Amino acid sequence: MKQLPWSYIARNLWVRRVTTALTALGLGLVVYVFATVLMMSEGIKATLVATGNPDNLLALRKGAGAEINSGVSRDQAAILGSLPGVATAADGRLLLSYEPVVLNNLPKRATGKPSNVSVRGTSDLGLALRPQVKLVAGRMFRPGSSELVAGQATARGFTGAGLGETLRFAGRDWTVVGVFDAGNSGFDSELWGDSEQMMQAFRRLQASSVVLRLSDPTQAEAFIQRAAADPRLTLDLKPERQFYEEQSQALATFIRYLGLALSIIFSIGAVVGAMITMFAAVASRTGEIATLRALGFRRPAVLWAFLAESLLLSLVGGLLGLAGAALMQGVNISTTNFQTFSEVAFRFVMTPPIVSQTLLFALLMGLVGGFLPAWRAARLNIVDGLRAQ
Amino acid sequence: MFLTHLLLRNAFRHPLRSLLTLLGLVVAIAAFGLLRTVNEAWYAGVQASSATRLIARNATSLTFVLPISYAQRIRGVDGVSSVSWANWFGGIYQTERNFFPQFGVDPASYLKLYPEYLLTDDEKLAFVKDRQGAVVGRKLANQYGWKLGDTVPIRGTIYPGTWNFTIRGIWDGRDAKTDENQMLFHWQLLNESIKKRFPKRGDAVGVFIVGIDDPSQAAAVAGRVDAMFKNSLAESLTETESAFQLSFVSMSEAILVAIEAVSYIVVLIILAVMANTMTMTARERLAEYATLKALGFGPGFVARLLLGESLLIAALGGALGIAVSFPIAAAFASVVGSVLPVFEISATTLALQAGAALAVGLVAAAWPAWQMGRIDIVNGLRHVA
Repeated sequence: MKQLPWSYIARNLWVRRVTTALTALGLGLVVYVFATVLMMSEGIKATLVATGNPDNLLALRKGAGAEINSGVSRDQAAILGSLPGVATAADGRLLLSYEPVVLNNLPKRATGKPSNVSVRGTSDLGLALRPQVKLVAGRMFRPGSSELVAGQATARGFTGAGLGETLRFAGRDWTVVGVFDAGNSGFDSELWGDSEQMMQAFRRLQASSVVLRLSDPTQAEAFIQRAAADPRLTLDLKPERQFYEEQSQALATFIRYLGLALSIIFSIGAVVGAMITMFAAVASRTGEIATLRALGFRRPAVLWAFLAESLLLSLVGGLLGLAGAALMQGVNISTTNFQTFSEVAFRFVMTPPIVSQTLLFALLMGLVGGFLPAWRAARLNIVDGLRAQ
Repeated sequence: MFLTHLLLRNAFRHPLRSLLTLLGLVVAIAAFGLLRTVNEAWYAGVQASSATRLIARNATSLTFVLPISYAQRIRGVDGVSSVSWANWFGGIYQTERNFFPQFGVDPASYLKLYPEYLLTDDEKLAFVKDRQGAVVGRKLANQYGWKLGDTVPIRGTIYPGTWNFTIRGIWDGRDAKTDENQMLFHWQLLNESIKKRFPKRGDAVGVFIVGIDDPSQAAAVAGRVDAMFKNSLAESLTETESAFQLSFVSMSEAILVAIEAVSYIVVLIILAVMANTMTMTARERLAEYATLKALGFGPGFVARLLLGESLLIAALGGALGIAVSFPIAAAFASVVGSVLPVFEISATTLALQAGAALAVGLVAAAWPAWQMGRIDIVNGLRHVA
């Protein structure tokens, strides 16, 4: 069967430049919303998943769910450390970090409005457990001092958290002596200081969590079961990565569903736009279509030609929207993760699956918008159509 | 009269196209209204706050507590009329999805400070007397089908264990702004369980609610309260209730800004669709407009024709869009349930919806109207659409 050439299809769009541009703009805006929402949800996930190290295990009080709700006593941490399988550092100490995490309400630099920043007490072992954390300015805090190091998002975003600045909380002045880059993970939105100093200053009797590494990471499942079976431990033990993945779930899901619902509603508008354009194209080319049919092009060929025109139109819109969304890459946003009640900074992340999903979504809009007009074009009666000329 | 008639006939000359444009407009205006309402719903707590209440919390952050002994000292501050306190419980009813706020409160003083929670005297008395009792808002009770006397198990995340509360009262809000989506029970119950488990930790309060006589003195009273605890182990931060609520809203600011931006994008989308419709319409009627001009009608008349038609469609679409917003908002509120305690379309939103529809109508026709006003009669007459 003879098909109409692509150049015919493309040039038809070019002839009605204004209409094509306006329709593609409408489609593009929907695609832009669709893509940015997926990128946002992906960004949150990427950030929090990168926070967890696949080789680490994290222990919280049973049922706590988040570090700020949790309390782990020194006895429990010691018991956990005494179980067989915990790795040791080069100097023979157990690779286990006993960490208090508290929220501190600090004003943002940009707006002056306060938000909660996680303040984590840690030690050199805690640093050894997180190899993704690297100092980019200043130096590490000295053990036993009121010094802090700030994640780069915190240093950038909060008043008093920059290098050399001072924060006052828990009855002390804390000096920020260093800024670290945690590879765009959740730690970038935290403040770190000495674990023992934090516990004293905040008058905590217990830490929030225990992070440890096993000498053989493949034994994680067995270790977790052993800890669960120990009646002295009332802890939930989880792979650190799984823990942070769960922390990101609510916010990422919320944004994703909100965004998808919006995209679908918005797409009605854009589909209607495409439909109007394509109906008009069919109406103004009645004579032309009839001539094509008279020349021997079959109904399916005409149907395909108009459908392809609509698809091409939506592809233009899709690429436009995608280009706009691509510009959002690298933009940093910071918001409160309502699961942890603390600030988390993340960026828009575009991945190949997002690109293909977005383009598919655009083409789907073109298909839905173009089918009825194309169907009408294909069903046109030759004689009537020629008379309309 | 003649113009109106012509406008109506013109607007529906292509019934399919006009209907599609209308459909797009209705969807867009309704979506715009819904998004704005979602945004406003976040501010419900701010709207519902009272000017005669201050909230005092630990200066470090809400996750830190203040000692209960502060209650006596705050009561003695000039300008303070009453003091109550509350602890965030953060419990889960059945599953994590059923989120609603629960507070352990001091019943008698708390209910006195929140007169907008309308409970009968019997219910109040039953609640104050029953250590295991709880009161809930009407909306919450309806959502889970709770009745007076029901026992509701809540699994604690901050306070371990499963807690059983007996519903002793269901309050109605005094007005639409009042939060009917909370559960209140006895703070004493929490305190005793904490003291039993950790003898060193009890007698702690999440926030003090401070009643004041004169709202204009709010800042001064707050300053006096904070000055009293300056440089102590637990410094306080006292602010008006609305400032306190606003601090929660501002935490989600990035999301709110995104929703707001997106709500304008939907208007842009429909503007593109509408502009397309009007450009096509104008192009097809080129010869007609040229004829009108040849008959002696001025360029203004032609421009008015196009603008009028565009505005007519936009006004129709806008009105329908606003009309369908109400059932959609009601359906949305019932689906989202307790996440957004108050969900009402505000007058501002209605005005903005109407404004957006008219703006779309005007802007969409501006370019074609200007162009058609300037067409050359001879060329126009020669043009066959």
